[in-house]
Amino acid sequence: MRRTGTYGIMAEFDSVHTLLDAAKRTREAGYKKIDAYSPFPIEGLAEAIGFHHDEVPLVVLIGGIIGGLTGYLMQYWISVVNYPVNVGGKPYHSWPSFIIVTFEMTILFAGISAVFGMLALNGLPMPYHPVFNSPRFAFASKDRFFLIVFSSDPKYKPSEVRGFLESLRPRSISEVPD
Amino acid sequence: MADPVENERAPVIEPGYTLGSVTDKISSIVLTRPTSNAWFVGFGVMFLVTMMLLFAIGYLFLKGIGIWGVTVPIGWGFAIVNFVWWIGIGHAGTLISAILLLLRQSWRNSINRFAEAMTLFAVASAGIFPLIHVGRPWLAYWLFPYPNTMRVWPQFRSPLVWDVFAVSTYATISALFWFIGLIPDLATLRDRSEERWKKIIYGMLAMGWRGSARHWHRYETAYLLLAGLATPLVLSVHTVVSFDFAVGIVPGWHTTIFPPYFVAGAIYSGFAMVLMLAIPIRKIYNLEDFITELHLQNAAKVMLATGLIVAYGYVVEAFMGWYGGNRYDAFLLWNRLHGPYSFFYYMLLICNIVIPQVLWIPKLRSSPVWLFLISFVVLVGMWLERFIIVVVSLHRDFLTSSWGMYYPTRWDWMTYIGTIGLFLSAMFLFVRLLPMISIFEMRTLLPEAEVKE
Repeated sequence: MRRTGTYGIMAEFDSVHTLLDAAKRTREAGYKKIDAYSPFPIEGLAEAIGFHHDEVPLVVLIGGIIGGLTGYLMQYWISVVNYPVNVGGKPYHSWPSFIIVTFEMTILFAGISAVFGMLALNGLPMPYHPVFNSPRFAFASKDRFFLIVFSSDPKYKPSEVRGFLESLRPRSISEVPD
Repeated sequence: MADPVENERAPVIEPGYTLGSVTDKISSIVLTRPTSNAWFVGFGVMFLVTMMLLFAIGYLFLKGIGIWGVTVPIGWGFAIVNFVWWIGIGHAGTLISAILLLLRQSWRNSINRFAEAMTLFAVASAGIFPLIHVGRPWLAYWLFPYPNTMRVWPQFRSPLVWDVFAVSTYATISALFWFIGLIPDLATLRDRSEERWKKIIYGMLAMGWRGSARHWHRYETAYLLLAGLATPLVLSVHTVVSFDFAVGIVPGWHTTIFPPYFVAGAIYSGFAMVLMLAIPIRKIYNLEDFITELHLQNAAKVMLATGLIVAYGYVVEAFMGWYGGNRYDAFLLWNRLHGPYSFFYYMLLICNIVIPQVLWIPKLRSSPVWLFLISFVVLVGMWLERFIIVVVSLHRDFLTSSWGMYYPTRWDWMTYIGTIGLFLSAMFLFVRLLPMISIFEMRTLLPEAEVKE
């Protein structure tokens, strides 16, 4: 990766609409490596910056399947193979009794996969990140909206990016040091 | 636009707030508001009550469960009554955060955070009871299947083992759901803190959340999926708790109405606890703009509805006892109405069925004082319900020679009241240390956050 000393150029907006509009226009201008930051989830913003593949559902599905299989097979192995006990004449493989633990294990594994899968795919925890160097960025968790063009973008030329972002009429523009 | 009926209802959030003012108002409670003397007194008292719990449990560990009132035939005394009561209270948090999220009830956004915290602390209080009730609590881990030198395993046809899985899954998922909801707000607190040590602590907890669009997308997916998973889970937990009873053959327990009636009862008592916490909290912290009359009214309506389901459960139980033709079930009904514990059965009917009917009156539904009192009555009623189910069913079963009475001892009471202290001291800490209303979800309710196509 080309090191330029800057991580990217960041523009600050003060409403959802200007940010969404800016993100769309930046994509249309041909910048691929961009990101947007907002204090709450905004419908359509991820698509506007070109994010389409959310793998969280797949992770949760896999987690749920593993949990369900673990739950059922564990009970089968314990109750039929390793430690068969006759309880009230019920069959060793009394599957209706095994449903509840199977269900709970499915939920448990799927839920853990959802949380930790989401964090892992997001690359969190990540205590340091260059965008925090921008002094205005603390407002991204309050009431401001940010758009960044990363310096790793193939079209990245500092003066051009700055000029382009100016044309979007942001509140402020700052260079984010690496 | 909104229809006339909509206009008459109180708003979810009072008009005039902006992204910035919502953020400041909620985060300042944690960051800049000085801790009042009343808080210290309240927390201090509850902390002492928690110490009483530890004392009672410590003495229990020294002496054994003989210090409690449990005897044969009433082997399940206060411990199980309180366990079911607390687990039931916990249900409202998950109902509010998961089921109402799936149903797109956006009013939930202002009460889900502290309702989830309430769930966690209620489940923690509940979890103590089965552990100390097993008699040898240092061996409580035997409940879990793990490879051991004794070469024995749990018996998976037993509802008690199902319960271990249901409750521990519920505790885990509730904690995860609560924490995942907190991450963006912890980032807000990190960015708003003035002091360095606060920045560091909230920063570590926020794990570097920066609100990237990619992150939000995955976050929302995970949150929604978690809600989808928690919805059947919360319904299953009290169902499984009811199996602890319903799978047994004791008259009064062996009935198929138990699962739905337990779940409804759980939500009933849970919303009562939500109201009992929300009403003082919104007053003390001036949050009437966020937790509006609409929230109180909606909670009251949920209570009214679930209370009627519970009433239906009582009617079916009584009808089956009378009509079912089983002499033991018929005796149980007679014993409830005329036996030594009949006073508590009538109190139960008054607390859970009669008094809550005043919620049909719109004026009372929007009066915080009345709602607080009615919620208290419902919590007492739901506790009595579990007392009736556990104690009255057990104390006179099939053989007259094995009948008995149950007298809770001071240790029973100290343990029970102690868990209330534990629950409330945890709530006291929670309102000081974490944002008690979800800030980022409140932001989404503002007109500024609307995306116009």
